[in-house]
Amino acid sequence: MSDTCFQLKGSVVTTFILELLHFSLDEFTLQLEEKINQAPMFFKQSPVIISLDKIDENITELNLNELLLTCRKFNLQPMAFKCSHNRFLNSIKATGLTLLSDNASRAGTKASATSEISDNKIDKTDIKNNTAYHTSKLISRPVRSGQQIYAAGGDLIILSQVSEGAEVLADGNIHIYGALRGRALAGVKGNTDARVFCTKMEAELISIAGNFMLSDSLREKVWKQSAQVYLDEQILQVEPV
Amino acid sequence: MAEIIVVTSGKGGVGKTTTSAAIGSGLAIRGHKTVIIDFDVGLRNLDLIMGCERRVVYDFVNVLNNEANLNQALIKDKRNENLFILPASQTRDKDALTLDGVQTILNELAETFDFIICDSPAGIEKGAQMALYYADQAIVVTNPEVSSVRDSDRILGILQSKSLRAETGEDPVKEHLLLTRYNPMRVTEGEMLSVTDVEEILAIPLLGVIPESEAVLKASNQGIPVIFDETADAGHAYQDAVSRLLGEKIEFRFLEVEKKGLLKRLLGAK
Repeated sequence: MSDTCFQLKGSVVTTFILELLHFSLDEFTLQLEEKINQAPMFFKQSPVIISLDKIDENITELNLNELLLTCRKFNLQPMAFKCSHNRFLNSIKATGLTLLSDNASRAGTKASATSEISDNKIDKTDIKNNTAYHTSKLISRPVRSGQQIYAAGGDLIILSQVSEGAEVLADGNIHIYGALRGRALAGVKGNTDARVFCTKMEAELISIAGNFMLSDSLREKVWKQSAQVYLDEQILQVEPV
Repeated sequence: MAEIIVVTSGKGGVGKTTTSAAIGSGLAIRGHKTVIIDFDVGLRNLDLIMGCERRVVYDFVNVLNNEANLNQALIKDKRNENLFILPASQTRDKDALTLDGVQTILNELAETFDFIICDSPAGIEKGAQMALYYADQAIVVTNPEVSSVRDSDRILGILQSKSLRAETGEDPVKEHLLLTRYNPMRVTEGEMLSVTDVEEILAIPLLGVIPESEAVLKASNQGIPVIFDETADAGHAYQDAVSRLLGEKIEFRFLEVEKKGLLKRLLGAK
């Protein structure tokens, strides 16, 4: 029996696309540093594709090596270029990195020559997919006093209790299958449709899109019961569930 | 492999050192080779509770700085040959502790001991974090009182996020709740949180409930861990806690069933 030493598989990998608009070394370094400092661990060793599609039409020459060096300095790993026009073909070749055709980078299909219109269509479905599969964060251990949990871009689901002095935040809804004794802030980026659900309501504070209420207003109605809180015309509503 | 157990609480004065001394002694009485380390650098207390303050020559920090070896610093207990104490330094502060240094000492102790009890200082700063970093298990000492419970909750959060086990993604530190200074009479009068209240807030398994007792203060002042006191409720409660720590299933005493008996005794004493 011969041992197979490898398999070739098709795969879709999530990466960043760095869309270059214009380039000067100082400006680029400064702005990249700023961006990365917002979440250094998040960007560490991230593969990145550099897109030259949106670059200013008047620019004809680019120092791509400088660009790559700067990216690597900040621990990004440029893996390919993406460019739908021919202006920088030679400079891209000189860097040794691959040039992805527009289609390859989008869907991994071999379909050639995509018209501007079908391009737009794909863009729209992409956006739809993104909203359908927004990520939610799941926490299964108790959230203790002094801890803060934030679900960026989606819902937060907690399968345990949230202690007094703990804070849970989400851009979307917050679901707590346990006692909520700390603070819960849903829709922190302004989503007024966000709600807070919990199976035992003893919260210190509940906020939805910046409108908040304290435990006093909860005590009368739903204290230690299952409840939901939502926003109706800028007024927080509390209801048993 | 030695089991590293940190005794911690967040809040001060709840009985961490008393508990470290009692649990450590209890394990030694059952034949397990045990060392208790005083992590409260700058506020040496454990040696007083253990009654060996006059025998301290070298301390934890001396060993960390290679000014003495472990055997010189370890103090053998007079009552039990399985029990050793590594005292804290009184002239230094917590900055003398380093994670690497602590690890070296723990590794060396792990070669000969079955249990390493780390008596944590109060607070959630460097000293407390050093004491809990390498722990396999944690005994969270709590008084039935809201601020103590809140601080215990905080330290549980730190155990979950800042211990070696949390950082490397291993099985989490095994948590035990030890409720001390429990007075069932004051619970019925509503002056104190009940066991159920505390269990509900902290949501970790209960290791033991130590009744409020004059024997504890007496034991501390005499330098004899209360577990050696055969006549004291608190001593018995610590014995039960040690059994549970070793995996035995034992009924809880001094709370519901025994409450009446204790009440009578307390009332009778008046």
